Amino acid sequence: MLDFLFLVFMFPLAGFMVLAFARRRLSENQVAAIGVGSIGASALLTLLLGVSFLSNPPEGQAHTQLLWTWMSVDGFAPQFALRLDGLSLVMLGVINGVGFFIHLFASWYMRGDDSYDRFFSYMNLFVASMLFLVLGDNLLFLYFGWEGVGLSSYLLIGFWYKDPANGAAARKAFVVTRVGDTFMAIGLFILYHQLGTLNIQELMVLAPQHWAVGSDIATIAALLLLGGAVGKSAQLPLQTWLPDAMAGPTPVSALIHAATMVTAGVYLIARTHVLFELSPFALNCVGWVGAITLLLAGFTALTQTDIKRVLAYSTMSQIGYMFLALGAGAWSAAIFHLMTHAFFKALLFLSAGSVILALHHEQDIFKMGGLRTKIPFVFWVFSIGCLGLVAFPFTSGFFSKDEILWQAWASGHHDLFYAGLCGAFLTAVYTTRLVALTFFGAPRSEAAREAHAGHGLAHSLPLAVLAFFAVFGGWIVLPLADVLPRLELPSEGQHGIEALSIAVSLSGITLAAWLFLRAPDAVKALAQNPPGRLLHRYWTSAFGFDWLYERLFIRPYLGFIRINGHDFIESFVAAVPVAFVRLHAALALTQNGRLRWYAASVAAGAVLMIAVVIL
Amino acid sequence: MTGVPLDHAMILCGILFSLGLLGLLLRRTLIFMLMSLEIMLNSTAVAFVAAGARWLQPDGQIMFVLILTLAAAEVAVGLALVLQIHQRFKTLDVEALAALKG
Repeated sequence: MLDFLFLVFMFPLAGFMVLAFARRRLSENQVAAIGVGSIGASALLTLLLGVSFLSNPPEGQAHTQLLWTWMSVDGFAPQFALRLDGLSLVMLGVINGVGFFIHLFASWYMRGDDSYDRFFSYMNLFVASMLFLVLGDNLLFLYFGWEGVGLSSYLLIGFWYKDPANGAAARKAFVVTRVGDTFMAIGLFILYHQLGTLNIQELMVLAPQHWAVGSDIATIAALLLLGGAVGKSAQLPLQTWLPDAMAGPTPVSALIHAATMVTAGVYLIARTHVLFELSPFALNCVGWVGAITLLLAGFTALTQTDIKRVLAYSTMSQIGYMFLALGAGAWSAAIFHLMTHAFFKALLFLSAGSVILALHHEQDIFKMGGLRTKIPFVFWVFSIGCLGLVAFPFTSGFFSKDEILWQAWASGHHDLFYAGLCGAFLTAVYTTRLVALTFFGAPRSEAAREAHAGHGLAHSLPLAVLAFFAVFGGWIVLPLADVLPRLELPSEGQHGIEALSIAVSLSGITLAAWLFLRAPDAVKALAQNPPGRLLHRYWTSAFGFDWLYERLFIRPYLGFIRINGHDFIESFVAAVPVAFVRLHAALALTQNGRLRWYAASVAAGAVLMIAVVIL
Repeated sequence: MTGVPLDHAMILCGILFSLGLLGLLLRRTLIFMLMSLEIMLNSTAVAFVAAGARWLQPDGQIMFVLILTLAAAEVAVGLALVLQIHQRFKTLDVEALAALKG
C-alpha cells in the first residue's frame, strides 16, 4: 500500500496538467470534476495510506520511496525520494483533507467566473507543490516544493489580474517571500558545505556529531532557515504580504493563507528541529518572533474593517502561536495547533466567502450587520469557527492552544506564556467584534438587507464537515511520538493553566460582546479621544510596517534604479545604433540616381582593384 | 607571322577603351553613352584578337564572336530602352533622369 505514495502528488499534478492544457475546451462541470476529483482521489489515497501506516507501521516508523536520482554532479546526488512518517502523514492529512473541502467549496464559489479552469489548474498546482514540500526527504526537494508553493500563491493572489491592485498584491507577496527564500537558500548552501548532504535524516544525524550545542555555525544555519520560515509563514519582520494577499478569491485565502501554505514555515522548523535544538539562541528567536507577531497581529485585527483582513491578521497571530510553541520546544503542540487551526480557519474563510457572495462582494464589516437571521446556516458555522479560534472550552482550538500555553509555562518559558495569554485575550476580543459587527445588530447597508443565502451541496457540505472538525478535531491523536521529541513535563498545574486561559478568553468575549452589542457609543468615544485615535491609526496600518518598508527599502531602491537608469556604460551601448544610423545616411548619399556617377564609381573601383592586384 | 606587335595593339586597345570610358562619363545623351559603351566593348574585342594572334590560339577569335553577339544584344535592349525613355520623359538627358535617388 505504501508503495502507492507517489500517487498522492501525481493526482493533483495530473489535474493541473489536464486543466492547464485543455484551457477553455471543458465545461464548468467537467473542470470541477477534474479539479475537485484529483484532490478527492488524493485525499482518499491519503486516508488509505494513513490506515495502512498506522495499523502496520513500517520499519523505523518511516517509509521512504526512492523515485529516481535527481541529478548527480561530482558526489552531489540528491534523490527524488518521498518520505512518509508521522509528521508528513499529519501534513498530508491536513493538505488533502482540508484542501479537498476547500476545492469543493471553490467549485461553488467560482461558478460563472471566466477563468474557472485556470483557477482550478492553479489550485491543483498549489496542492501538488505543497505535497512535494512535505513529502520530500531532502531539503533540495523540499525547496523545490517551497518555490512551487510561492509560484502558485503568486498566480492565485493575482488571479483577477485585470485589477492592477491585485497584481501589485501578488508581486508584493512574491517579492517578500522571496527575501525569506533567499535566506533559506543560503542556509541550505551552508548545510551542504559543512555537512556534505541535504538529506534531512542524514543531516539530523550528522549535525549533532559535527557541531557543539550553541556553536556559531549551527546558530547561523538555524537562523537562516528561520528566515525562510518567517517569510513563508508571514511572521515578523516579513509579515506584510499576508493582508494584501487577501486580494485573491476567498477559497484561495482559505487554502493558501490559512490552512496550508503559511504553515510551511512551521513544518520546516519542526522538520529540522535537531538544528534548532543545537542552537538555543535561534530557538529563542523562533519563540520571540512568534510572540511578538502574535501580539502585533492581534492588536491590528482589532481595528480592521475588511472581514478577510481581520481573518488574515488572526491567521498571522495563530501562526505566531505555533512559532511560540516551537520556540518553547513544544514541537508536537505546534503541529497539533497547525492542524486544528487549519480546520477552523478554513471554515472561517469559507463561511466568510459565503457571506461575501451573499452580499455581492461586500467585504466591509461596517456595511454588514443583522445577517444572523438572513443567512442562519453561515452564521452558525462561522460562530463555530470563531469558538475554535478563541479556544472556547472543548472545541478543537481549546485543546491545542492550551497544550501550547501549558507546555510553554511548564518548560519555564514564562514570558512566552504571558505573551500567549495576552494574545488569547486579544483573539477573543477581535473575534467577538467580528461576529457582533457581521451578524448582530441592524443591517447597515442595502446589500446586507437583501442578503441571500448560498445553496447546494458544494456550498454546505464543506462548511458542515469543517465545522464538525473545528469542534471535535481536538480529539484526534497525532502519530508524532516517533518523529518529534516530547517534552517531559510534570503534569501538576495543567488544570490551573487551563482554567486561567478559559477565564481569559471568556472575559475577552464578554468584554467585546458588551462593547460592540450593548455600548457601541463607548467604542466610538474610545476611538475618538486623542490617545485612542493615535492608537487606532497605528493599529489600522498594522504598526506602520508598510510605511517603514516603503521608506527603508522601496524608495532607496527605486532611487538607485533611477540613478542607474542613465548610467555611463549604457551610453556606449546607445552609441552603437546611432553610429549605424549615421553610416547609413552617409552611404545613402552615394545612391544619387545619376547614371554617370555610378559608371565613374565602377571604373574607379576597377582601377583600384587592378592597382591592388598589380602592386 | 610577322605583323603588328602585341604592344602596339594593346596601346590601341587602351586608347580606345579610355576614349569610350571618357565618352561614357562626359556625354549626357543616352544615345552617345550607348555608343561609347560599344567602343569600350570593341576595344576589349580587339585586345582578344591581338592576344589570340600573338599566341596562335583560336580562343581570341571565339571571344570576339561572343563579344559581337553580346554587343548586338546589348544594343537591341539599350535602344529599346532609349525609345521607351524618350516616349515617357521626352528627353534623353541622363542628368534629368535621376529620380532613383537613395
